[in-house]
Amino acid sequence: MATGRVLHVFKGLALAAILLLGPVSAWAAAIHLGNGTEPESLDIHQSSGVSEANIQRDLFEGLIAEGPDASLIPGAAESWEISEDGTVYTFHLRQDGKWSNGDPVTAGDFVYAFHRGLAPETAAAYAFILYPVLNAEQYVNGEITDADAVGIRAIDDSTLEITLKAPTAYFLDMLTHHMAYPLNQAAIEAHPDDWMRAGNLVSNGAYTLAEWAPQSHILLKKNTQYHDADAVSLDEVWFYPTEDVGQELQRYRAGELDVTYDIPADQVDWIETNLAAEYRNFPYLGTYYYVLNTTVAPFADNIPLRQALALAIDREVLTQKITRAGEIPAYSFVPPGVMNYQQQTQDWADWSQQERNDRARELYAQAGYGAGNPLQIEILYNTSDNHKKIAIAIAAMWKQTLGVETTLRNEEWKVYLSSRDEKNFQVVRAAWIGDYNDANTFLELFVSDAGEMNDPGYDSARYDELVKGGAFETDLAVREGMMEEAERVFLSDTPLIPIYFYTTQHMIKPTVSGWIDNIKDVHPSRFLSVGG
Amino acid sequence: MFSYTLRRLAGAVPTVFVIITIAFFMIRLAPGGPFDQERSVPPEIQANLARAYHLDEPLGQQYLRYLGDILQGDFGPSFRYKDFTVTELLVEGFPVSLQLGLAAMTIAVMVGFAAGAYAALRRNSAIDVATMSIAMTGIAVPNFVVAPLLTLALGVWLGLLPVGGWGGIDHAILPIIALALPEIAFVARLTRGSMLEVLRADFVRTARAKGLSERAMVVRHALQAAALPVLSFLGPTTAAVITGSIVIEQIFGIPGIGRYFVQGALNRDYTLVMGVVIFYAVIIIAFNLLVDLLYPLFDPRVRHD
Repeated sequence: MATGRVLHVFKGLALAAILLLGPVSAWAAAIHLGNGTEPESLDIHQSSGVSEANIQRDLFEGLIAEGPDASLIPGAAESWEISEDGTVYTFHLRQDGKWSNGDPVTAGDFVYAFHRGLAPETAAAYAFILYPVLNAEQYVNGEITDADAVGIRAIDDSTLEITLKAPTAYFLDMLTHHMAYPLNQAAIEAHPDDWMRAGNLVSNGAYTLAEWAPQSHILLKKNTQYHDADAVSLDEVWFYPTEDVGQELQRYRAGELDVTYDIPADQVDWIETNLAAEYRNFPYLGTYYYVLNTTVAPFADNIPLRQALALAIDREVLTQKITRAGEIPAYSFVPPGVMNYQQQTQDWADWSQQERNDRARELYAQAGYGAGNPLQIEILYNTSDNHKKIAIAIAAMWKQTLGVETTLRNEEWKVYLSSRDEKNFQVVRAAWIGDYNDANTFLELFVSDAGEMNDPGYDSARYDELVKGGAFETDLAVREGMMEEAERVFLSDTPLIPIYFYTTQHMIKPTVSGWIDNIKDVHPSRFLSVGG
Repeated sequence: MFSYTLRRLAGAVPTVFVIITIAFFMIRLAPGGPFDQERSVPPEIQANLARAYHLDEPLGQQYLRYLGDILQGDFGPSFRYKDFTVTELLVEGFPVSLQLGLAAMTIAVMVGFAAGAYAALRRNSAIDVATMSIAMTGIAVPNFVVAPLLTLALGVWLGLLPVGGWGGIDHAILPIIALALPEIAFVARLTRGSMLEVLRADFVRTARAKGLSERAMVVRHALQAAALPVLSFLGPTTAAVITGSIVIEQIFGIPGIGRYFVQGALNRDYTLVMGVVIFYAVIIIAFNLLVDLLYPLFDPRVRHD
């Protein structure tokens, strides 16, 4: 009885709310996006994930922005010049650039944001992305304490000059990163601890932050001050944390989401049968691979052994029978589709698996192993069903082809990271998603002085010379040749085994338009629209 | 009764202190730190991060700093959800978990108690067997199986209820059912067992011998006595259910605090882990005390002087 009455009251209230809000919301074009995890932070200097970047990209606009296909387009800057030696960039800001509170966007806003992002007390985990800027690294590590020594200055309100320590071919692409967005100093100083909350956050992008209910949703509303506001179709963008991919698909099917962040790998068959037209699968700027610890036995100085293990993995079987979400077998480390780069490949990439296995057995014997003296090896992976399935399959392939005796060790994520960083492994599963669209974001990991990032402990003078030299080379064609040669050296030394290239997968309702698949999986909401 | 309560509360202080101390050192002993991620950051940035969060100080000093902070009611900012303090996360999330948990427990007690008592009175009948089979199924089938099935049937196929999210009362129905089902099953089994025992007790035989009707005997004496084990069970269980369930919250997209227990630890979110541990300890202590205070109402042999 009592619950019935309560229900009636609630129904009445709900009806009243619908009647009151109905006409308003009927006018608002809204999109509902699955967005993976709850954001770590909306502070552009405190976040490091994709889920956060998706929201920040709608809130802020850097000097350079990304089009619907992730191509570089003018953002807060309408034009720019690059000095002949490639180290000085002069940006001319657009005159109609405004913050959501009506303030003009000035060159000083960028200087303020860069200084803040690099300041040691900000402790931005991604500060290194700005290291191409002159003295940025020295300011982060405390060698320089005067922020003005960093290579960024406002010539006047609408002219910004950035000086690099060396020419950097990918610098414009890097400026689309959230670490390079501007900030409104007055707004931050008015609310130093919670400036990123709804009501306090002042943004210069196509949207403003209207609501943030942790673990529930983030609601963005169209920024009427935005210079291109007239061309922005969506009035509201809703981001939902969707940690359970199975349930995300159900919410999508029930019409609660317009776009999913991901799809459950075990339901690909069902999706391809029932919702094929709404399923998107596109190559992504990321590689899944097995690292071989080249600093210790058995892989130290044993290239034939490393190559034998690389050859004996049947990537077609892995991607078609095990992972089954459209992944692309990988025979190189840098994925296809990277700008100013021709994809490299192992010379055995076009062999049949039978030929590869034969060659693997030869190399295995050459490395000093055989039936009487099998290699005993351990694969480390972070606890996850997918990684486990792949490790079991690879262990079986190694066993079958070479007789390798493999044991598996799984560790919880943070334990695994610390084992990996301490090189406490023989073979470890790893993955890398590029930070920007350039081969450098992949190849710089393995220069000999890259520290913990260099998981295999790779140390090649020739490789170092090519990658570091490429970073300073202004002639794009010469640079491309150097980077490509570096990867060939790397692949032939085989300090790691590429397994597959990632693809991004989304479900997208037919009512959504303006979505263009791209390798960075970047889809600014300002270019999207919904409607029948 | 009042002095009993005071004594219990005074006894709780060292308990909480010991829990804080053990949790503080345990989470820090776990390998990996809050800022480790797929991309290892350069050493100078690691140093800046450690300094910003006082992780570069000796462990003892960090511990004293933490104790000082919580004495002032400051649980610090979350390391993973950096824009919020631990207090804010708990204050925003707890009412949601509390609403769902209380609703689920109310249903569990009413349905479970009635079903269990009825089954006991009709021992070995078809109804008894059916009720207990359903209860066993409820205990055996985990939440992460029941919840997706419920959403698939009622949300996706029939379109009666939202599949996920948090907003109106309709968002709460499926999670409450999913939370209540296993508890209904537990309460039913517990009630049946204790009811059977009570029905064999001397005082029941005496009551029958004195000519009390079966109905009056059950309502006035047996039910009250049979409720005792259920009451003991309810203390810790209610504390657990109102502090949320990670499974239910992730599946239904509910902004409660259940997920923080697991994710806080996985993320090495030191401050959040400490916050939920202290919070949970206080709730458990409070509910155990509440149950002990309620005991005399059900069992005349128990008194708190």
